[in-house]
Amino acid sequence: MIEFHDAGYGYGGRELLTEMSLTLAPGSFHFLTGPSGTGKTTFLKLCYRELQATAGRVSIFDEDTRGMERDDVAQLRRRIGVVHQDCQFLDHLSVAENVALPLTVSGQPRDDGDLSDLLSWVGLSEQINARPPELSGGERQRAALARAVIMSPDVILADEPTGNVDWEMSLRLLQLLIELNRMGKTVVIATHDLHLIRQAKSQVAARVLRISNRRIQQSGADL
Amino acid sequence: MKTILLPFLNFSESTSGRVVPPSGFTAQLTVITSAAMAFLAVFALALSMATGRLAERWGNELARGSTVRISAPAEQVDAQVAAALKVLETTPGVAAARLLSEEEETLLLEPWFGPDLPLDTLPLPALIDVQETSDGFDAEGLRLRLAGEAPGAVLDDHSRWRKPLLRAAERLRFLGVLSLILIAGVTGGMITLAANAALAANGQVIRTLRLVGATDRFIAGAFVRRFTLRGLSGALIGTFLGMIAVALLPSADEAGSFLTGLGFVGAQWLWPLAIPVLAALVAFAATRVAASQTLRRLM
Repeated sequence: MIEFHDAGYGYGGRELLTEMSLTLAPGSFHFLTGPSGTGKTTFLKLCYRELQATAGRVSIFDEDTRGMERDDVAQLRRRIGVVHQDCQFLDHLSVAENVALPLTVSGQPRDDGDLSDLLSWVGLSEQINARPPELSGGERQRAALARAVIMSPDVILADEPTGNVDWEMSLRLLQLLIELNRMGKTVVIATHDLHLIRQAKSQVAARVLRISNRRIQQSGADL
Repeated sequence: MKTILLPFLNFSESTSGRVVPPSGFTAQLTVITSAAMAFLAVFALALSMATGRLAERWGNELARGSTVRISAPAEQVDAQVAAALKVLETTPGVAAARLLSEEEETLLLEPWFGPDLPLDTLPLPALIDVQETSDGFDAEGLRLRLAGEAPGAVLDDHSRWRKPLLRAAERLRFLGVLSLILIAGVTGGMITLAANAALAANGQVIRTLRLVGATDRFIAGAFVRRFTLRGLSGALIGTFLGMIAVALLPSADEAGSFLTGLGFVGAQWLWPLAIPVLAALVAFAATRVAASQTLRRLM
C-alpha cells in the first residue's frame, strides 16, 4: 500500500530521515513514535506526498511518487485521510461543511443522512452547525477524524491526534481509529504517548515504528 | 445550498463556491473598482458613439455640398447671380444649383443674430447652394470660370474645414475606443492585484483544500467564480449609474447646435449592457491567470 525503498528526506543540506525501507500493508495498524522533532510529521507527510523523498523511492498505492503531477497527488489524497495535529479547518464553514469538504472538492454528492451518522459516530451531532473556532480541542480532533474518513479512504494517517486532549478523549479517539482498522483501513498514528500504545495492544495487532537517529526502527506486534 | 448576499443581488452558492472565505477588503475593492471602471466605460462608449455620429453627419452634410457666395454692388448682383447659375448649369459634376431665398439666409443667420434680423439693412451676399454628383466637380476649373463670368463669385467647397473636422471627429472616436481598452486593462490589473492579495491571504485555505484532495482546477475555480461575480456585480452597478448619468445629460436641442448630444440614440442604448459582460470576462481571465500562477508557486 505504502512502500519506502531506501527512502530519505533532507532539507537545506540537512538529512532529517534516511535509509527507510518498510511497507505499510493494507489493513495494518502502526504507531509511529519517537521524541519530538525526530521526524514523525515528516514521515507522515511523505506518506501522503505533502513532501517528496529526496533519496530513494516512496510508492503509494503502487505508484511512484517521484515526479507525480499535482492532479495525481490530489487524486491520491482522496484515498488517504489525514488527521493533523492542528486540524486545519476552514473557519468560515460549519462543522458539517468542513467534514464534508473531501466530498465537495471531489465533486461527490453529500448525503445529509450519512453525514449526520458520521458526526454521531464521532459524538458531534450537536455541533453540526457550529463553526470550528467554537469547538473544544477534543471536538476539533474528532471533527478532523470524521473529515479524514468521510471518503472511506484506504489509509488513515493521524499526527498526534491526542496531543491536545485529555486521557478520556484520547481513549475515545483511539477507539474510533481501532474501529476503522477493523473495517479494513490501514492506520498510522504518530504519537509519543506510550500509555496510549499500551492501551491499544489489547485490542489490535499494532506494530510500532520508532524513529531514532534519523532511521525507522520496526518493532513487532508485541508491545 | 446556502444563500449569500452579494452587493445587490442574491446569488445562490454551494459549498464549493464558498470554500474561499469572504474577505471584506478585496471584495469591496473589486466591486468598487469594477463599478467605477464600468461607469467610466459608459462615458467612453457614449463619447465614441457621439463622435461617430458627428463624423457621419459632417461627412454626409458637407461631402456633397458647396456654396457660391456673390458679393457685388447691388445693381450687379442679379446679373452676376444669373451668370454664375449659368456657369454652374454647364459644369460637369454639378447636380443642382439654387439661389437661397432671403428667408433661408435669415434662418442660417438666426443662431448668431436672433430671429428679428433686419436682412434688408445688411449688405449680405447672395448665396447659391450647389449640390454635387457622386463624381464631384473640378473646383479649380470652376473657380476660374466663375472669375471670368461673375467676378464677385467665390466658391466655397467646404473641403478646407470639412477635412479637419472629420479628422478631429475620427480622432475623438479613436480616443473613446482607446479609453475603453485602457479601462478594460486597468480593471484587469486591479482585479489581478485583488485576486493575488486574496490568494496570498488564503494560503492556509489552499493548503487545507489540497490536504483533502482538491485539484488546482477546483481551487482556482473557487477564486475565479468569486471574483467574476464581484466584477460582474460591480460593473452592473457602475453601468446602471453611468446610463442614468448619460440619460440626464442636457439634450442637444437644449444645449445648442454645437453639441451633438453626448449619449446614446435608439438601439445604441443596448451597447452599455455589454460592459458588465466584458467586465466579468476580464475578471474571469485576470483571476484565472493570477490563481494558476499562485497555485503553481505554492507547490
